[in-house]
Amino acid sequence: MTARLVAGGVTFGWGARLVLRDVALALAPGELVGVIGPNGSGKTTLVRLLAGVLRPAAGTVRLDGRPLAAWPRRELARRIAVVSQDPTVTFPFTALETVLMGRAPHLPALAFPRAADLARARAAMARVDVADLEARPLDRLSGGERQRVFLARALAQEPAVLLLDEPTTHLDLRHQAGIYDVVADLCRREGVASLSVLHDLNLAAMYCDRLVLLAGGRIAAEGPPAAVLERARLAAAYGADVHVGVNDLTGGPLVLPRPRPG
Amino acid sequence: MRRAAHLTRRRLAATLAVLGLGLALSVVGATLVGPAPASLARALAPGGAAGPDGIIIFRTRLPRVLLGAVVGASLATAGTALQGVLRNPLACPHVLGISGGAALAGVLAILAGASVASLAIPAAAFGGALGALALVWFGARAGGRTTPHAILLVGVVFNTFAAAMIMLVEALATYTQVRGVLFWIMGSLSTQSYGLVAAVAALALAGLGWLVRHAHDVNLLGVGDEDAYELGVDVEAVRRAVFVAASILVAAAVSVSGMIGFVGLIVPHLLRLLLGPDHRLLLPASFVGGATFLVWCDALARTALGAAEVPVGVVTALAGAPFFLVLLRRSLRRAAA
Repeated sequence: MTARLVAGGVTFGWGARLVLRDVALALAPGELVGVIGPNGSGKTTLVRLLAGVLRPAAGTVRLDGRPLAAWPRRELARRIAVVSQDPTVTFPFTALETVLMGRAPHLPALAFPRAADLARARAAMARVDVADLEARPLDRLSGGERQRVFLARALAQEPAVLLLDEPTTHLDLRHQAGIYDVVADLCRREGVASLSVLHDLNLAAMYCDRLVLLAGGRIAAEGPPAAVLERARLAAAYGADVHVGVNDLTGGPLVLPRPRPG
Repeated sequence: MRRAAHLTRRRLAATLAVLGLGLALSVVGATLVGPAPASLARALAPGGAAGPDGIIIFRTRLPRVLLGAVVGASLATAGTALQGVLRNPLACPHVLGISGGAALAGVLAILAGASVASLAIPAAAFGGALGALALVWFGARAGGRTTPHAILLVGVVFNTFAAAMIMLVEALATYTQVRGVLFWIMGSLSTQSYGLVAAVAALALAGLGWLVRHAHDVNLLGVGDEDAYELGVDVEAVRRAVFVAASILVAAAVSVSGMIGFVGLIVPHLLRLLLGPDHRLLLPASFVGGATFLVWCDALARTALGAAEVPVGVVTALAGAPFFLVLLRRSLRRAAA
């Protein structure tokens, strides 16, 4: 299938310090790609470049063949949705108001929702298990609840491309899996092209079709989880010894940190 | 306070209708009070408009009440817009340097010999506000972008600078000049012509319209520049439009009434506590609510001490601060519970 979002030769830096060098990546409809790598390897920067928030210093990111910079903002927002690590909450909008903001790119300037928009927002909330929080202001939600509300906002946006930056940092065990069940389902059933930064390598192995390992701003490895999650490769990228076993549940790889002896 | 899960057109219309009715009654009510007795019945009787009652009500009080309404509306709306777009609850017309620029230019005009009643002072103040706006905006811009943080910092610094300049000018001026300056800066709504009121009202309505057009974008900016961008908002363009529109509102208000403080800070907060954070409702509600607030503060200023008049800026602060604290305490306690 032809890729929707394609990054080619993307290089980005703050001043002289390069964060990403020559990154090439393609995201096709229906696939869920995981981005893994140690702290400071450029994962979040990659998401921001793919979202069009940052402009690459060299190379281009294209959506459907057209460079992101050439897309009108609203057009782009109808196609790409982003769930960031820790969204700002300045004013106490309710959970439903927040999710309805995802409908803004589809609505005229004042964005009063139609019945169909409300239905979409509520369906998105039900899908990530926050339907009962509708009237709750954001400042009265836990970190995990808030994270799911922001995922619901991205779902309400009805994007063709969904970018997630560690969407499960504040989530408990049940909701971690729950979020990726939803994202995987979105990819399989609705053909959404999805990319997620993950810290949990085992979640990455279980849910992603393909993994991209970033180290030092370059792609160190790319491929099916079993090929990327290799002991020597991970040791080199993370600078830590790991144990790679077999996940009984999936038959895929299982990665554990190896405590230093003594 | 419990509120609905989202804003509907019906709730918007109903809330504004109630607030609008309150403002209409306030304008009538405030026109009927004052240190000198005047009867509305006599003023409205045939030929009454030219009589003493008619002159007090229609020449002295009504233009003043209407000016208070327009100034209150402008300051409160600008405050709401600035707090929203800068994501800072402390933002208000007076910390952003806009009113500092207006005051400095107005003071210079007074010292240059402009009489307090002439149009030269409002004109100079208006120009000063726009100059300050340009200074703050371009001073805070780097690489074609602005951040709320930089705008606030540059605004606060410029305001302090303007205040120091005003003090310097006062130190060099004569006693009479200083009195004129002090009186003007303290803020006053004393008698203005209907023409001037209409001009300020036209500017205020245009500013409100401009802001309301961007009201939902301001909502989206509340979740951060990056999230707003990802939801399709042209962040720089919206921030610029809102900043300019708010500054014009402030410039218009300050140029005819001096520095009336507090309206632009507490009315937005008060309404946000009561009505929720949605700027589609909050901006027009601030317009009407700010008008009502200042109309009553001025009525108090005119009557509290009998024949002597209290500066209206003193009333807004004295009446507003305790009321605001009580409300804030209530919401803090609720949040802690």
